[in-house]
Amino acid sequence: MTENTQKKRMLDTKMVPAPSHGIIPERDLNSTPVLEARHLGIEFGGLKAVDDFNLIIGKTEIAGLIGPNGAGKTTVFNLLTKVYQPTMGTIMVNGKDTAGMNTVQANKLGIARTFQNIRLFDNMTVEDNVRIGLHNQVRYGMFTGILRLPAYWKQEKAQHEKALELLSLFDMQDLAGTRAGSLPYGAQRRLEIVRALATNPSLLLLDEPAAGMNPHETEELMRNIIRIRDRFQIAIMLIEHDMNLVMGICEGICVLNYGRIIAKGTADEIQANPTVIEAYLGKKKEG
Amino acid sequence: MKLKKSTINNLISYGVVIVAFIVCQAMISSGAMSRSLKGQMVPICVYIVMAISLNLVVGISGELSLGHAGFMSIGAFSAIIGAAWLRAALGIENEILLLVLSMIVGGAFAGIFGVLIGIPVLRLRGDYLAIVTLAFGEIIRNVLNCLYFSLEGSRLHVSFNNPSIPGTILLNGPNGAKDVAKIATFPVGFVLILFTLFVVMNLVNSRSGRAIMASRDNRIAAEAMGINVTKYKMMAFVTAAVLAGMAGALYGLNFSTVAASKFKFDTSILVLVFVVLGGIGNIWGSIIAATLLTVLPELLRAFADYRMLVYAIVLILVMLATNNPFIRSLFDRLIHRGRSAQTQRGGAAE
Amino acid sequence: MVSFLRFLINGISLGSVYAIIALGYTMVYGIAKMLNFAHGDVIMVGAYIAFCAMQYLGLPPLVAVLAAMVFCTVLGMVIEGLAYRPLRQATKLAVLITAIGVSYLLQNTALLIWSSNPKVFPSVFNIGTIRLFDGNLVISSETILTIVANIVIMIALTLFTGRTKMGKAMRAVSEDRGAAELMGINVNRTISLTFAIGSALAAIAGVLLCSAYPTLQPTTGSMPGIKAFTAAVFGGIGSIPGAMIGGLLLGIIEILGKAYISTELGDALVFAVLIVVLLFKPAGLLGKPMREKV
Repeated sequence: MTENTQKKRMLDTKMVPAPSHGIIPERDLNSTPVLEARHLGIEFGGLKAVDDFNLIIGKTEIAGLIGPNGAGKTTVFNLLTKVYQPTMGTIMVNGKDTAGMNTVQANKLGIARTFQNIRLFDNMTVEDNVRIGLHNQVRYGMFTGILRLPAYWKQEKAQHEKALELLSLFDMQDLAGTRAGSLPYGAQRRLEIVRALATNPSLLLLDEPAAGMNPHETEELMRNIIRIRDRFQIAIMLIEHDMNLVMGICEGICVLNYGRIIAKGTADEIQANPTVIEAYLGKKKEG
Repeated sequence: MKLKKSTINNLISYGVVIVAFIVCQAMISSGAMSRSLKGQMVPICVYIVMAISLNLVVGISGELSLGHAGFMSIGAFSAIIGAAWLRAALGIENEILLLVLSMIVGGAFAGIFGVLIGIPVLRLRGDYLAIVTLAFGEIIRNVLNCLYFSLEGSRLHVSFNNPSIPGTILLNGPNGAKDVAKIATFPVGFVLILFTLFVVMNLVNSRSGRAIMASRDNRIAAEAMGINVTKYKMMAFVTAAVLAGMAGALYGLNFSTVAASKFKFDTSILVLVFVVLGGIGNIWGSIIAATLLTVLPELLRAFADYRMLVYAIVLILVMLATNNPFIRSLFDRLIHRGRSAQTQRGGAAE
Repeated sequence: MVSFLRFLINGISLGSVYAIIALGYTMVYGIAKMLNFAHGDVIMVGAYIAFCAMQYLGLPPLVAVLAAMVFCTVLGMVIEGLAYRPLRQATKLAVLITAIGVSYLLQNTALLIWSSNPKVFPSVFNIGTIRLFDGNLVISSETILTIVANIVIMIALTLFTGRTKMGKAMRAVSEDRGAAELMGINVNRTISLTFAIGSALAAIAGVLLCSAYPTLQPTTGSMPGIKAFTAAVFGGIGSIPGAMIGGLLLGIIEILGKAYISTELGDALVFAVLIVVLLFKPAGLLGKPMREKV
C-alpha cells in the first residue's frame, strides 16, 4: 500500500482559496470537492469541542482523521452528518451548503457513515439492514406496500438483488437471513459499511472501521476500502487508531488535538511533523 | 426467497383465522357455545384488533402508548353518531353496509386524532411519550364526557357542556350513548381481524415497515441512513389509531348503551397486557393473549368475587415466570432447536 | 378576590398531597427506573389501615398514621422484593405490567376485605380553623397540616439524600447502578429502602387525602396516583424539588381550572398543561435533558 507515490498534500483552506484540491490532481482537479468545511466548530456549554476546522476532500480521495482520544474526531463526524448542529462555520457537500439541514437531509445529499460503537438494527436481518440503506432509492409508498401492487413486487425484487450484490462486496451474501445482532464483531463492522454504502453516498465516513479486528482482518479491510473507492468512485474519510491502516491507505491525513487541526499532509509528512509527534505519535510510536 | 417466506407466513395466518372463525360459527349454529361466550365473540374480535394495532405501536415501532383506548372511544362514538346519521340522512337500512360505513367513519376520525395527537407525542421519547399518551387518553375521555350530540331529521347538533339541544339525543355527555342500534356482528368482526392482519403484516414486510423497525432499533443510525424517523413513527401511530377506531366502532355498535367511562385508562392497560403477554412484536401472541384473557374472566366465574384477584395473581406470576432467566433460556433452547430443524440456515447465526 | 384566595389555598393543599405522592413516584423512578403504577394503591391501603386503626381499634389519629406508615413501609418492601426484584434484568414493559398486576392485586384485595361501599373517613386533625376576611376565608386545620407536612417532608428528604450515607447511596444508584455496585453499595438494599420511604410517604398522603376528601374506596388511590405521577413527570421525574413543584402546580391548576373554567374539564386541563410543558421542556420543569452519546 505504501508504494502509493501519488500522495500530495491536502490544501490548507485557510491559506489558499483552493485553486485545486484533492490528493490526486489528474483525477479530481476539475470537479467540485465532495466536502468543504470552513471554520467549522461547536461549543458544548462554553467548551469548544471542535474549533476552526477546515478541510477539503476531493471526489475520490481517501482521507484520514487521527488524533489522541478525546481530540474531537467523532465530534467532527457528528458535525458533518448533522447529528450535532455546528455553532460556527459552514459545511458544503458537493457544492451545496448544509446550513439548517438535519441528519436525514445530509444523508440524502451524499454523506453516509458508520459508528464507533456499532449501531446496527440488531433485531432485523442482515439483508434488511442493507435494505434500510437502500430506502431512499426505492420509491413506493405505504399503500403500495400494504396492497402489494405490482410496483411493490418489482421494487422488492430489485432491492433484494441490489442488497445481495452489495453484501457480496464483503462476501456476506450467505449471511443475508441472519439476525444482524447475532453477527460476530468484525462482520457487524463490515455490515455497517455495506449499509452506509447502500445509501449511495459520495462521501463515506468510517468511524474506527478496524477497531477490534485482528491484523489479518485489518489488511483485508484496507484492500476493501480501496476497492470500494475505485468501484463506487466515492471519497472516504476515516477515523482510525491503527496507524498501519491510516498510513497505508490515506492519501491525505488530518491530525486533530484538543478540537483543533494541528497538521495536515501525506503520511510521510505527518510522520515527520514534530508537532504531531509531540501530541500523538511520540507516545504511540507503533506506526 | 425471503419474499416467498413472508407471503407463506401471511397465508398461514389468514388460514388459521379463517379456520378459527368457521369452528366458532359451527359451534354457534349447533348450539355448542354457551350464551355468555356467544356474547363475547364481538368483544373478542374487538380486543384482538386493539391488541394487534397496539402491537404495531409498542412492538413494531417501539413506543409505549398508554392511551390506546382513547382512539377506541373516538371510533366508537363517531361510529354511533355516523350510523344514526347515515340511516337518517342517506336512508341506508342494510345493516352490514351501515356497519361497514360506520367503521370507516370511526377509523377515519380516530386517524385524524391520531395525526393531531401524534404530532406533539412523537416529539417525546420513552417514558415521557408514554405519560403523554396516557394524558391524551384521559383528555379524550374527559372531553367526551362533556359532549352532547343530537339528530334532528338529518341535521346533527353538537353542544359542549349543554344538554339542551333539539332532536333525539345520540350522545348524552357523561351518560354516553343510549339506544344504539346493535348492528355489530361476529362475521364482520372476523373480517375486521383479517383486514387488520392484512394491513399490519403487509406493512411490516414493506419498505415503510422496515423503516419503522429501523427507527425502533436505532434512531440515530436510521436517521444517518436517510430515514425520516418521525414520519415513520407517525405512520405506525396513525395506522394503529385507525385500526383502533374501527375496533371501537365495532365495539360501540355492539351494545345498546356505551359511556365514555368504558374507555378508561384501565382499558388501555388491558390491551397493553395482551400485547406484553402475547410477546412484544409478536402478532400471533397478541391474538392468542387477547382471546384467552377476554375469555378468562368468564371462565373464572366460578371464583366469583375472587376472579379479579386471581387474574392479578396470574398476571404477576406469568410476568415473573416469563422473565425468569432459567425459564427463558429453557424456552430459547426449545425454540432454537425447533428452528434449526426447520431451516438449514438456522445455525448460521452462531 | 377572597374566593380566588380560597381556591388557591385549596389548590395548594391538594397540590401538597400530590407532591407527597409524587415524591414517592419520583424517588422510585429515579432509582429503579420503573413506573410503579401500584404506588397509587399503596395510598389507598395506607388510608384504610389508618381508618381501621381509628374506627375499630379506637387509636388516636397520630398513632393510626404511624401504624399506616409502618404497614405501608413493610408492604412496599414486600412488593419490591417479591414482584420487582426478580425483574431487575427484564424489559421495562415487563416491570410495568407487573406493577399493573400488583395494582390490581391491591385493589381487589381491598375490595374483598373492605367491600366497594365507600367508607367515610373521620376528620383526623380537627384542631380548629383559621378565619380571615371576616370569616369569608376559612382555612381548615387539615389544609394547614397538609401544607406543613409537605414542607417538612420535603426538607427532610432533601437533607436525607444530600447529607446521609444512605441518601448518597441512593443518589449514586440512581445515577449509575453498575458503578454504584462496583463502589460497594448494596443496590438491592438501597432500592428496597427507597420503596420503604416512598410507601411510608404514600401512607401519609393517603391519610391527608382522605381527610380532605373523606370518601374511601378501593379505587380511591388510582386517580390521585396517576395525577401525582403526572406531577412527577411535570416537575422532571427523578428530581425531588421537581416533584414538589410539579405537585403544587398541578393541584393549583386543577382547583382553579375546576373553579373558573369547567368542573368537568378540570382533569383534562391538568393533563393538557402537562403536555404543553413537556413540549417545551421535554424533561419536565427541573429535569435534566438526556443526550445520547453518538
